[in-house]
Amino acid sequence: MTKRNHRSLTRGLWLFAAGSFVFGFALVPLYDVLCDVTGYGNRSRLAEASEVIESPVTDRLVTVEFISTAPTVGKWEFSPAVRSMEVQPGKLYEAHFHTQNLRAHSVIAQAIPSISPLQATQYFQKTECFCFTPQAFEAEQSREFTVRFIVDPKLPATIDRLTLGYAMYDAKEGSG
Amino acid sequence: MSTVHTHAGHQADTHHDAHDHHGPEKGWRRWVFATNHKDIGTMYLLFSLTMFFVGGTMAMIIRAELFQPGLQLVNPMFFNSMTTMHALVMIFGAVMPAFVGLANWMIPLQVGAPDMALPRMNNFSFWILPFAFTLLLSTLFVEGGAPASGWTMYPPLVLQTGDAFPLMIFAVHLMGASSIMGAINVIVTIMNMRAPGMSLLKMPLFTWSWLITAYLLIAVMPVLAGAVTMLLTDHYFGTTFFEAAGGGDPVMYQHIFWFFGHPEVYIMILPAFGIVSEIIPTFSRKRLFGYDAMVYAIASIAFLSFIVWAHHMFTVGMPLAGQMFFMLATMLIAVPTGVKVFNWTATMYKGSLSFEPPMLFALSFLFLFSIGGFSGLMLAIVPADFQYHDTYFVVAHFHYVLVPGAVFAIMAAVYYWLPKWTGHMYNNALAKAHFWASTIFVNVLFFPQHFLGLAGMPRRIPDYNTQFADWNMVSSIGAFGFGLSQLLLVAVIWQSVRGGVKATDKVWDSGMPHGLEWTLSSPPPYHSFEVAPEVK
Repeated sequence: MTKRNHRSLTRGLWLFAAGSFVFGFALVPLYDVLCDVTGYGNRSRLAEASEVIESPVTDRLVTVEFISTAPTVGKWEFSPAVRSMEVQPGKLYEAHFHTQNLRAHSVIAQAIPSISPLQATQYFQKTECFCFTPQAFEAEQSREFTVRFIVDPKLPATIDRLTLGYAMYDAKEGSG
Repeated sequence: MSTVHTHAGHQADTHHDAHDHHGPEKGWRRWVFATNHKDIGTMYLLFSLTMFFVGGTMAMIIRAELFQPGLQLVNPMFFNSMTTMHALVMIFGAVMPAFVGLANWMIPLQVGAPDMALPRMNNFSFWILPFAFTLLLSTLFVEGGAPASGWTMYPPLVLQTGDAFPLMIFAVHLMGASSIMGAINVIVTIMNMRAPGMSLLKMPLFTWSWLITAYLLIAVMPVLAGAVTMLLTDHYFGTTFFEAAGGGDPVMYQHIFWFFGHPEVYIMILPAFGIVSEIIPTFSRKRLFGYDAMVYAIASIAFLSFIVWAHHMFTVGMPLAGQMFFMLATMLIAVPTGVKVFNWTATMYKGSLSFEPPMLFALSFLFLFSIGGFSGLMLAIVPADFQYHDTYFVVAHFHYVLVPGAVFAIMAAVYYWLPKWTGHMYNNALAKAHFWASTIFVNVLFFPQHFLGLAGMPRRIPDYNTQFADWNMVSSIGAFGFGLSQLLLVAVIWQSVRGGVKATDKVWDSGMPHGLEWTLSSPPPYHSFEVAPEVK
């Protein structure tokens, strides 16, 4: 129980604490890796265009619902043109969203997509989407946005209803 | 610890020989510059008691608003501030400092050390706390009100907090720093300063439970510090850790938070296990059944606490395999916990039981903590959890493990060691009145919340459907009764500090208490174990 023993053990424990602090931040990239591996909430996939060939399945109908949110009050008006569509898997469809910048200055916007239920994420393919890149708006400008999508025929039979949601944000500088 | 014998009786006389040893300083300097583990322990315990009443007052406001359906007393924003602040104050201000205070008082006495290993850091880790809580409580008076997003501080809601936001974050940083320093002190003391002959597996269980708790603290408090730092930079410096617009994910915050949060709940219960393991043998007049198994059970629980965090967030969406893993890992914790409960029961089996106040609280802990454990098992079942999530069933569950669990164990510890600290026996009748009032009211308070939760009443909402009215009124009556009963605790402590029948060195005439602390006088000398006792 000498002073030196205290000092080296104390130093070791402080290093342990510092390591834990770093580990907290290391969880951030780790989380992305896990999302990629499992395909859950896979953000890169959601925000990428897919190449698909149409092969409609005529004897099956899936309901696709559209929802839109603008998390900051008073900045955006944002709504889907139709609430839902009945679609055949394997066939290309188009949906529209109405967006208006409510402010008196120009702004760059970014829409973030999500699919519910999560298990359906990998079976919902977008060939074209306004969510792939940031969008520029003039002051109080209105724009119609289009998304083209195909529901993969391999969608599990237990799922007959999907929800495509978008949240509209002001784009952060330096983000994509 | 069954083989501990000491030869420490002579040490109280020897310390006058050394020229640099003296009694406490006079006046405020004794407390502000305190480096004595007993003084610092006392300050921690008094701080904790104060915060127990501050957080308790907030709970009374919550239950007063919920006494009837409709909005009567406070506006919803303030109600949310109360639930948030009640949790932060009780967890970081009442329960954790109480355990650190007990550690400060008892660990040097139990391992035969003259003081904590790092007395100046000890002073620092205590004195950070009043500043941290001044910062936190000051948010009640700032623009935008106190934090109202729940103690879990989930983004994006927490980012809408007003001026209170940075104050809350820095308060959490300070509490974390205090806990980490306290934990380092505990580990260094236990590892380097045990009396000759006291091997690890001869240590009293309270000390053992704290050794493991301290490692948990060092492993996870910095993770919380990291999470709230990310919130801070998201709010002020344009990072997007948790903001979807910049490629972040709010759900990730929940993962990081609960990676801290689940070990945190065991930080609040493992020392309680240690306390109960000290008290039950004393008043059963038998050795603890399965000492080694108890140590390994605590270690297993601590290990498992790192791999179950996502059971707090089953409903955010995760792969089925993930849900299964977290469900089964959570249920696995019932095994070492069951070992502990059965060992306590086996300790009492064929024992010569007596029911002094510490034993009453320990027994109440045993029954009521088990109820909280069982409701925890129900919550671990994924499909059931989708029903129970964010209802009063969860509130009932964690209050059963924290109030008649952690808090009753702290009270048991206070009633067990108070005569050792003050040198006076306390008023037994008053202490028993405190026990019965607390035990009855705590059940009136929390048991009906199981019914409310199963019927679907959501937590953290100031108003409710009239179908929930009756049980809410019962629960509120229980809350007021429980709150008032705690004044008896203050009265008992006050009287015992002021005077009373002299306590003997052993305090309890059961012949059982075996730790080194019972070889010292009551109260122990200001500087104890300056010559290390020998343990065989």
